[in-house]
Amino acid sequence: MALPLNILSFKPVALNAPTVSTKLEWADKLGALKMRMGFGRDDYRLEPGLYRLGTPDNNSDVLISANYKLSFDMLRKNLGGLNLWILVIDTNGVNVWCAAGKGSFGTERVVKSIKDHSLEHIVKHRRVILPQLCAPGVAAHLVKEQTGFRAVFGPVLAKDIKAYIAAGYKATPEMRKMAFPLKERAKLIPNDFMYGKYKLLAILAGLFFVSGLDRSGFLFDKMLSTGLFPVLNIFMAYFAGIVFGPLFLTWIPFRAFALKGIFWGSLSTVVLNLIFSVSPLESIALGLMNISIASFMTMNFTGSSTFTSLSGVQKEMKWAVPLQIGLIATGIILFIVSKLI
Amino acid sequence: MQYLRNVVTLKLDQALCTGCNMCTIVCPRAVFEIRDTKAHILDINDCMECGACALNCKTKAISVRAGVGCAAGILNGILNGTEPSCDCSTSTTNCC
Repeated sequence: MALPLNILSFKPVALNAPTVSTKLEWADKLGALKMRMGFGRDDYRLEPGLYRLGTPDNNSDVLISANYKLSFDMLRKNLGGLNLWILVIDTNGVNVWCAAGKGSFGTERVVKSIKDHSLEHIVKHRRVILPQLCAPGVAAHLVKEQTGFRAVFGPVLAKDIKAYIAAGYKATPEMRKMAFPLKERAKLIPNDFMYGKYKLLAILAGLFFVSGLDRSGFLFDKMLSTGLFPVLNIFMAYFAGIVFGPLFLTWIPFRAFALKGIFWGSLSTVVLNLIFSVSPLESIALGLMNISIASFMTMNFTGSSTFTSLSGVQKEMKWAVPLQIGLIATGIILFIVSKLI
Repeated sequence: MQYLRNVVTLKLDQALCTGCNMCTIVCPRAVFEIRDTKAHILDINDCMECGACALNCKTKAISVRAGVGCAAGILNGILNGTEPSCDCSTSTTNCC
């Protein structure tokens, strides 16, 4: 069996640029899975620099990419059969879109990278292909001004690059759109789910403990016998807000994500109350907490989505955050009261 | 898929537009169209304020307050007293 390719060990040096494979090894796939699950996401990068793909010469195209390994793997696996150069710029290990938004995938770094690697001596032509999604950070006309290289924007997705090049560096309108189908949304869920795991466990433990409160003090048996319901409620609300909210994003008609979350928090409350029967006060208390948590979690998905604007999210948060805080505070107080009366 | 209506800050000054087509190339939401050598906004509610068009408009015909449409990023900004920003390149794990 061939040894798994270790991209991280390559140190690119101008003309002795290392060659990368277009095939992903099991180590790459395992790495991708780990990223999706939210493990070690901050350190999944490769050495910035110039790489060869296939056997490029001085007429070959130059692609520019980020040094987030998941992005780089996606790129190279879609380029089988091509011969070209890949110039990986240092985006601090962040993907193209987010790095462009933060400015690390910006005009300055692209210009510096082209100059640092003396690209003008490596290829005869004067064109570099940028991923379209770096455009919030890279001004093509400034790259041209400062390096002499015409920066053209390739398609949004790596899978369209071959067709783009074959068509004479032209992307169809479809290739230029950032779609957000169910499958893509589903891929983001595990990481979002893991994000708040410790806070979730802390809240669950807290509510489990409070379940044992009683007028006569603290009853261990009461905690054990009534603690399951609040734990189930909060877990369901968290789950509904993070999983159902994004998954069925387009099915719920409200535009504000916080409202979509309120729907899921309410629905999970109704379902649980159909199965279990507890005092009305406890039902209401947990319902308020459910709505708050599900609303907050779905609202958080604005950051993962591909169509929300800063102005829009700010507008939504102006009413949603105070509401969420109010609901959860009221819910906690009522829950404690329901244990004491 | 569309987000809240009538909130985005995107503005196009057609007098400055040269019809170079760059905005239609960089916009991932297909907000622009070139008609009669001028850019037109098709549906402004499709815009997510990423800023690609404004940055790549040579004649500065387009303006927009660019930023991340990310609740966690906005909360970060409020808590740290800075502009809205996600923490992608620092030690936290949550990211756009």
